[in-house]
Amino acid sequence: MSDSSIKEKPQSPNPDPAPAGLSLPGPGGPGRGAPRPKERARNTGATVRRLWTYLNRQRADLLWVYALTVFAALVTMVSPYLLGLAIDRFITPGRSDGLLGLCLLLLGLYAGGAIASWLQAYVMTGVAQRMLQSLRGDLFRKFQRLPVSFFDTRTHGELMSRNTNDIENVSNGLNQTVTQMLTSLIVVIGSLVLMLRLNLVLTLVSLVTVPLVLLAAKMIGGITRRSFKAQQERLGSLNGLIEESVGGQRTVQIFRREQAMKEQFGEINNELNRAAVRAQIVSGLVGPVMNMLNNINFALIAAIGGWMVWQGWTSVGVIVSFLNYSRQFGRPIADLANQYNLIQAGVAGAERVFEILDQETEYEERGRALDSRAVRGEVIFDKVSFAYRPSRPVLSEVEFRAEPGQKIALVGPTGAGKTTIVNLLTRFYEVTGGTIRIDGCDIRELDKNDLRRSVGMVLQDAYVFAGTIRSNIRYGRLDASDAEVEHAAELANADSFIRALPKGYDTPLTMGGANLSHGQRQLLTIARAVLADPAILILDEATSSIDTRTEMHIQEAMRSLMRGRTSFVIAHRLSTIQDADRILFMNGGRADEQGTHEELLAARGFYYDLYHSQFAARSS
Amino acid sequence: MWRLRTYLKPYWLPALLAPLFMVLEVCMDLMQPLLLQRIVDDGIAAGDAGEIRRTGLLMLTVAIVGVIGGVGCTIYSSIASQHFGRDLRESLFVKVQSLSFRNLDRLPSDTLITRITNDVTQLQTFVQMLLRMFVRSPMLIVGSLIMALSINLKLTVILAIAVPVLFVFLFFLVRFSLPLFATVQKRLDRVNGRLQENLNGIRVVKAFVRSDYEEERFGAVNRDYTAILTRSMRIMALNMPVMTLILNVSIVAVLWYGGALNRSGDLAVGELVAYINYVTQMLSSMLAIGMILTFISRAKASADRVNEVFDERADIENPPAASVLPAVGGRLDFENVSFGYGTHTDELALRDITFTVLPGQTLGILGATGSGKTSLVSLIPRLYDPEAGTIRIDGLPVSHIDLSSLRGKIGFVPQEANLFSGTIADNIRFGRPGASDDEVRRAAAAAQAHAFIERMPEGYASRIGQKGINLSGGQKQRIAIARALLMRPEVLIFDDSTSAVDLATEAKIRGTLQRDFSGTTQLIIAQRVSAVQGADLIMVMDRGRAAAVGTHEELTANSEIYREICRSQESEGGEARV
Repeated sequence: MSDSSIKEKPQSPNPDPAPAGLSLPGPGGPGRGAPRPKERARNTGATVRRLWTYLNRQRADLLWVYALTVFAALVTMVSPYLLGLAIDRFITPGRSDGLLGLCLLLLGLYAGGAIASWLQAYVMTGVAQRMLQSLRGDLFRKFQRLPVSFFDTRTHGELMSRNTNDIENVSNGLNQTVTQMLTSLIVVIGSLVLMLRLNLVLTLVSLVTVPLVLLAAKMIGGITRRSFKAQQERLGSLNGLIEESVGGQRTVQIFRREQAMKEQFGEINNELNRAAVRAQIVSGLVGPVMNMLNNINFALIAAIGGWMVWQGWTSVGVIVSFLNYSRQFGRPIADLANQYNLIQAGVAGAERVFEILDQETEYEERGRALDSRAVRGEVIFDKVSFAYRPSRPVLSEVEFRAEPGQKIALVGPTGAGKTTIVNLLTRFYEVTGGTIRIDGCDIRELDKNDLRRSVGMVLQDAYVFAGTIRSNIRYGRLDASDAEVEHAAELANADSFIRALPKGYDTPLTMGGANLSHGQRQLLTIARAVLADPAILILDEATSSIDTRTEMHIQEAMRSLMRGRTSFVIAHRLSTIQDADRILFMNGGRADEQGTHEELLAARGFYYDLYHSQFAARSS
Repeated sequence: MWRLRTYLKPYWLPALLAPLFMVLEVCMDLMQPLLLQRIVDDGIAAGDAGEIRRTGLLMLTVAIVGVIGGVGCTIYSSIASQHFGRDLRESLFVKVQSLSFRNLDRLPSDTLITRITNDVTQLQTFVQMLLRMFVRSPMLIVGSLIMALSINLKLTVILAIAVPVLFVFLFFLVRFSLPLFATVQKRLDRVNGRLQENLNGIRVVKAFVRSDYEEERFGAVNRDYTAILTRSMRIMALNMPVMTLILNVSIVAVLWYGGALNRSGDLAVGELVAYINYVTQMLSSMLAIGMILTFISRAKASADRVNEVFDERADIENPPAASVLPAVGGRLDFENVSFGYGTHTDELALRDITFTVLPGQTLGILGATGSGKTSLVSLIPRLYDPEAGTIRIDGLPVSHIDLSSLRGKIGFVPQEANLFSGTIADNIRFGRPGASDDEVRRAAAAAQAHAFIERMPEGYASRIGQKGINLSGGQKQRIAIARALLMRPEVLIFDDSTSAVDLATEAKIRGTLQRDFSGTTQLIIAQRVSAVQGADLIMVMDRGRAAAVGTHEELTANSEIYREICRSQESEGGEARV
C-alpha cells in the first residue's frame, strides 16, 4: 500500500506524444508507481501461451487492435520529422506557399492518430475485459467442482485473492504487453531509422544519455526495492500490532495496558518512519534524475546541433526534429523496466489462476445414475479405511450397517473420525480402503451429484445465503412451490417464527444471516433439508452451538425431520442420541463399540465411562 | 482535511524548503527553451560560434542546478510527509485506544485498522504530492505562460483557445467518470461478496448439488461488473488521445501563425521554436492537473475517515473528581440497571437488573445465548455505561471511581481468551507487568496451566502468536484465567471462560478458586448448570431480565425456567463433553 506514491513525470520541454493523465483509481494509485516487490513467474512460456488461447478467441478484434496501434505509433514517429521539415522548408526561408498544406497534413495525421489510439483502447478494453470475465467465470466454475479437501487446506482469503489481485495483475500486464510494448517498439525503432536518415552525428549525441538513463533506472530501482522491502516489513509489524491491540481492545482496557501499548506502537512507528523516509527519498530521486538527463540531452542536441548548423552541416529544422525524437526515444526505454515488472506480475498472477484451473476436479468421471427418489436408505460400511496421509490413518476398518429408516448415532472424542464418516458417505473424500454401499451399490460407482441428492445434511454451522427466507429454504429444491416451501417450514417448526417477522417469508437475509438468531438459522437449514427430502440424512453437531434450552425446542423439528429416513447423528450431548437404533462409539478411527444405549452401558466400555463421567463431574 | 495541518506544523521548515527547492527546479526547466532560442537566434542566425558554445555550457549548468532543486525537494518533502504520517498515526492510535465499546460498535475494529494504516498512508502520499507535484505543475503552467507571453503576445490567441477547451474536456471527463467508478466499486463488491458467500457455504453447495445455480448467479454479477468496468474504462481511454490532440493542434497552429509572424519580421525562428516548447510544457502540465484532482478527492475521503475517528467522543471518561478505590472490599450492587447497545430504548440488552453480591460471595449467571449475560458483566469494569441505574463497588458508584483504579480491582476472563503475541509469561503478566516469576508460576498453577506450559520446549518463554506455537482453545482459556488471577483482584469475572476446558480440569480450577480465592467476589457466567450449582447465588437471565435469582435449591423449587434448563441438560443422563 505504501507504493502508491506518485513519481512526477519527468517533463522535458519537448512535445510529449503520450503524457500521463487521469488514470483508473485502483490499487497502486494512478501513474507509474514506485517499484513494488517483484513477483516472478515460474513457467513464463507455457503461461503466456495459455493466456494467448484465451485472447485468441477474439482474434478479429485483436487484429484491429494491432493495426490501430501500428497506425498510432507511426503518427507519433513521423510527426516530429514533418515538424522539422516545416521549419526548414518554410519558416527559415520565409516561404508561405505550401506551409498551410503541410500544417493541414499534420493536423490530419494528429487527428487520425488520436482517433486510432482511442479506437485501439476501445477495442482492447473490450477484448481484455471479456477475457478477464471468462477467466473469473472459469475460476468460479472450477471452485464448484473442486473437492472439499481442496478448500480444507486453503484459506478463503487466499482463494479470494486469486479472483481479485491475481486477475487484476493479469489485467495490468495484459494492457502493457499487447499495446504499450508494441508502441514502444515501433516508436523506438522507427525513430532510430528516421534519426539516422536525418543526421548520424546528432543521432549518436541523442543516444549518449540512453545508457545513463538505463543505469540510473537500474541503480535507483535496486536501492528502491530494498528500501521498500524494509519499509514493508516495518509496516507489516505495525499492522500486526494495530490488529492485535484494536482487536483485543477489551483486554487491553481491562488490564490497563494502554500506555504500554502506546510505547510499543511508538517504537515500531519510529522505525517505520526511518525506513519510510529513506524509501521515499530514494524512490523520489527517479523524477529529478530523469528530468536532469533529459535536460542534458536537450542541451547537448541544442549546442552541438547549433554548432553544426553554424558549420552548415545541418539545419534548424533537423534540431527541432531531434529534440522531439530524443524525448520519444528515451522514455520508452526508461519505462521498460517498469513494464517488465508489470508483465512479470501479470504472468505470475495468471500462473496462480491456472494453478487452480489445473487442479483435479471431483467430477473426472461420471458414475452410474441413481434415482434419488427411489433410494431406500440402506447404508453399509464394509471395512472402510481412510487416511489423509498414508502414514496417519483416520479411519481403520470401520464396519456397520444401517437399515432403511434407522437412526445411527456417532459419538466419541474430537478427532475420533466422526465427521470423516460423513465426509466419506457424501464422497467429499474418497475411501482409501473398503467399500461403502447404499442400497447395495458401491458409492464409488455412482454419479456424485445423484449420490448427494439422496443424502441431506444439517451442519453445525447453519449456513444462510444472502436472499430471502423463502429462497434460502428453496435452496433445498429449486423447483419447489411456495406452498411446499411453507409446508417444509411448518414441519421444521420454523413457520411460526417466520410468520412473526414483518415481511414473513420474504424477509431479506444478509450474508451469513446475521439478522436471525442461531437457533432460527438452524431451523431454516432443517426446513431446507425437509424440502430436499433425502432418503439419508446427516446431522453433524447440528445443535452443539445452541444453548440447551433452545436445543430442546429444536429437538422436535429434528425428530420430524428424521422420521422415515436413515439418519446419522453426530452429537456431543448424549441426551440427544440415547434413543438411537444404534450408537457407534468412535475412538482412534475405530468403531469397535456398537449397540443400543442399554447394550453399550451393559458392556461397560468407553461409552459407559463417558456416560458416567458427567455424573462424576456434576456431583463434584 | 484542512484541520489535519496541525500534524504538519512541527515540520514547517522542511515543508517550506521542499516547495522552494521545487521552484528552483522549475525555474531551471523554464530556462532551457529560452537558451535554445538564444542558440538559434544569437548563435546560428548571427553566426557566432562562441555564443553557441557559451549557451550550450550554460544549458548543461542549468540542467545540473535543476537536479539539485529536484533532489532537495524530494528529500524535504519526504521528511515532512513521513513525519506527518508518523505523528498522525500515533495520535490516531492513542485516540482509538481511548475509545469505549459503544464507540467501537459504531466504528468496527476492521475499519479502524484500515484507517490507521491505509488512510494514513494515503494522506502521507498526499502531503508528499502536495509539496512536489502540486507545486510543480501549476508553476510550470504559470511559468510557461509568462515565458510564452514574453516571447510574443499575438501567438497567445492560440493558448486562449486551447486552455479553456482542455479544461472543459477535463471537467466533463471527471464528471462522467466519477459516478461510474462508484458503480464499478459497488459491483466489484458484489462479485467478491458472491464468491465469498460461495466459499463459506461450499459444503452446503455441494451437499445440495447446486453448482449450476451458483454459477448462474455468479455469472450475472460477473457480467454486470465487466459491463460497467468496460464502459468506464472506454470513457477514460478518451483522456490521452484527446489531450494529445489538443496539444498537437495547438502546436500546428503556433507553427502556421508563427510562420506568418516570422515572415512579417515579428518573430525570429528561435523564438518560434522556444514558443512551441513552452506551449508543450504548459499543456502537458495540465494533464497532471487531472491526476491531482483525483488525488485530492481520494485524500479527502481518507481525511474524512480519519477525522471521523478523531470526532468520536470517548463516552467513557475518567470522572473529574475520581476517588481511588480502597484496597479491601468486594461488595457489588446493581440497582435498577438498564442498558442498550443501540439508540432505541426499546432494544434494551438489560432491563432493570437489581442484585447484591457480598464480599467473598460467588454469583452464577445462566441464560440462553443473547440473554444479556456478557453485557451485564461488561458494565462492571465500565466497558460500557448503563442507560439507567447504578452499579456500586464497596458502596461507591463505579462512575465515580478512577478508571485505572477500578479496573485494577477487577480480574476479567473474557469469552475469547484474546492472547497477545509475546511469550506465555508476558501474557500472564499482562495485568501486572511487575509480578515475579514465582507469582506467574503460582497463578498458572491455580489456573491448571502450569503443567502443560512446563511440558513445552521453552516453558514459560514459549512464544505465542503469529510465528509462535499454537495453543488449543482450552489452553488459551487457562492462560487467560492465570492472567486474571495474577492480578489478585477483589472481583473476579468469568465470562463463560472454561467452555473449551474439559470437565475434570474445570472442576479442579473451581476447587482452587474456592480454596485460594475465597475472599474474592466471583461472577461466573456458564452454560452448564453444574458449573454454578454451588454458587451462593444464581441468576437466570432471559431476554435482558433477571428471570430468577436465588440459590440452587430455591430456584429448583420456584423457577420454571431454571428447572427447564436443568432438564435440558440432565434429563436423560445430561450432557457429556468429550
